[in-house]
Amino acid sequence: MKDAGPKLLQGNEACVEGAIAAGLKFFAGYPITPSTEIAELCALRLPKVGGKFLQMEDEIASMAAVCGASLAGLKSMTATSGPGFSLKQENIGFAVEAEIPCVIVNVQRVGPSTGMPTSPAQGDVLQARWGTHGDHEMVVLCPSSVLEAYTLTVEAFNISETLRTPVILLMDEVVGHLREKVVLPSPQELVVKDRELPAGAKEAYKPYAADQGRIKGVPPLARFGDGYKFHVTGLTHGEDGFPTNSPKVGEKQIVRIWEKIHSRRKELSRVEMLYPEDAEVFVYAYGSTARSAKRAVKEARAQGIRACLIRAMTLWPFIEDVLSDVKKKHPKAVIVPEMNLGQMVRPVKRVIGDACPVIPLNKVAGQLIEPEEILAAIKEAV
Amino acid sequence: MALSFEKYLRTQKMPHIWCPGCGHGIVTQAIIRAIDELGLNTEKIAIVSGIGCSSRAPGYLNFDTLHTTHGRAIAFATGIKMARPELKVIVITGDGDAAAIGGNHLIHAARRNIGLTVVCFDNNIYGMTSGQYSPLTPVGSFASTAPYGMLERPFDLCELVVGAGGTFAARSTTYHARHLVNVIKEALTHNGFSFVDALSQCPTYYGRRNKLRTPLDMMNWFRDHAVPVSTWEKMPPEEREGKFPIGVIKKVDAPEFSEVYSGLIEKVRERGDE
Repeated sequence: MKDAGPKLLQGNEACVEGAIAAGLKFFAGYPITPSTEIAELCALRLPKVGGKFLQMEDEIASMAAVCGASLAGLKSMTATSGPGFSLKQENIGFAVEAEIPCVIVNVQRVGPSTGMPTSPAQGDVLQARWGTHGDHEMVVLCPSSVLEAYTLTVEAFNISETLRTPVILLMDEVVGHLREKVVLPSPQELVVKDRELPAGAKEAYKPYAADQGRIKGVPPLARFGDGYKFHVTGLTHGEDGFPTNSPKVGEKQIVRIWEKIHSRRKELSRVEMLYPEDAEVFVYAYGSTARSAKRAVKEARAQGIRACLIRAMTLWPFIEDVLSDVKKKHPKAVIVPEMNLGQMVRPVKRVIGDACPVIPLNKVAGQLIEPEEILAAIKEAV
Repeated sequence: MALSFEKYLRTQKMPHIWCPGCGHGIVTQAIIRAIDELGLNTEKIAIVSGIGCSSRAPGYLNFDTLHTTHGRAIAFATGIKMARPELKVIVITGDGDAAAIGGNHLIHAARRNIGLTVVCFDNNIYGMTSGQYSPLTPVGSFASTAPYGMLERPFDLCELVVGAGGTFAARSTTYHARHLVNVIKEALTHNGFSFVDALSQCPTYYGRRNKLRTPLDMMNWFRDHAVPVSTWEKMPPEEREGKFPIGVIKKVDAPEFSEVYSGLIEKVRERGDE
């Protein structure tokens, strides 16, 4: 999209435009509601920018092809919804273990199973964190608006490329299908980051040696076909990329890929705070629910209630520092509205502890939580 | 001059994990010989595998190598081929990996005619997990999960690939070692999807349970039951019973998919509408 100025865009469309602006060159996907527009738009747009689109035979294959294309040097993405997200989990774990940069979009719908395909939910927030087996960290970003579907997709690529890790962009049906007027950042305003390629002699290249690059804990990644002749496996491996049976080497590798994200919790944290200064009641919200929460907090302020919105754009790693600061402010309550039966309320509760009541506000009816419902909870809490 | 394998192997990763008498070394060697005899640029070859005994082969081969998840090698390889069509992408897989858990990817790659060469190390058993039956285990054979004999009917993998629209399918065995090299060479020079069903022996988990106690017994079984395609085609059905064809079973020309897509990009960009 070359022309500047305001546009009317859908969340799913903004995600694709953000991805292309970030350098997306390969998309593999499988049709599923409510994410399908992302695949459709990639099919149309990618060849125009020299990129490639593939509709694979299933969700698993899409995730696999994305890993393959990324190893061959292309910025790669897939998009799906609930059932498809479940199917992709094994190969998301492969990308974690083999440290393959890629972006996975999940436009959430109501589950479990087939659930309500065209209705919104936020039931995958813990699955996004823990869906694939084994110990690992995960970066999960969550937009609340069409503009943010664009900017956070760019961020997702930047994080993925610089930290050599899959990043999950977790939308919900409302944000995915929402149409808003947006003014997209110009290419000059946009920060686009690329993975670090190895610099030394090809024969000496170790694809998992973290001390060879500029970014602490992150090994540079060569491209297949450039003559490095390196090995990539989902087996626990040493710095040379080959499987190891050494408990010491194995543990070191597992801890490093966890640590490279865990140690950057603060810099990965994207949060919007509304009226934090003198607040006594806090609302932790994300995704489309945060839109209702914003309205509720503003209304509460108008009625003289000192409410504050903590709008999380980074779901994982959890914004522990922000909540720790909130705890120090002696809050009367923290309200956590979510379109699930209480998922992010748990990490919030873990940080707040017994400092004040942490109040869940839940809905799994395939409908948005309305501002009035959150306002009522705020009023009840003070 | 005898072939020097050093250039193609990661000898520092030896010894390999395969059991004594396993046929996978013969198939791996055949791949190396084919690459060598064709004079392919080793920097422009990517080898991708799934999970299982055969899928450990890429770890010993000195190329860009990718050991993926169970059954998914062809899908990973599809991403590599699309990203860099100039690469030769070889998939090493087993009969469980390719025909059971990964069967969907096999037929769709064949249908797309994407330029991958898939070599299936087909020992008709799950070796790595110690001898469960696969979709290639013959009816009546014994396996740890078929203690009363195999009840299900097996695939004919070449026929499966041909049925899915595959443009190249061939079969050989570890007994026919030179023949195996030749069919792999043909597969590697085919512009499109190519599939080689490479029959290999698992004396440890198949032979011992099925009255083929030594690796030699198993290879002799290949010798006695394989029939060249040209002969096979003239055989009446009753003579085919218990035999199988070896050689190139199908070879036709059709547009290779990554080239087709590159053509699309050119066309769309010529039109110039952003």
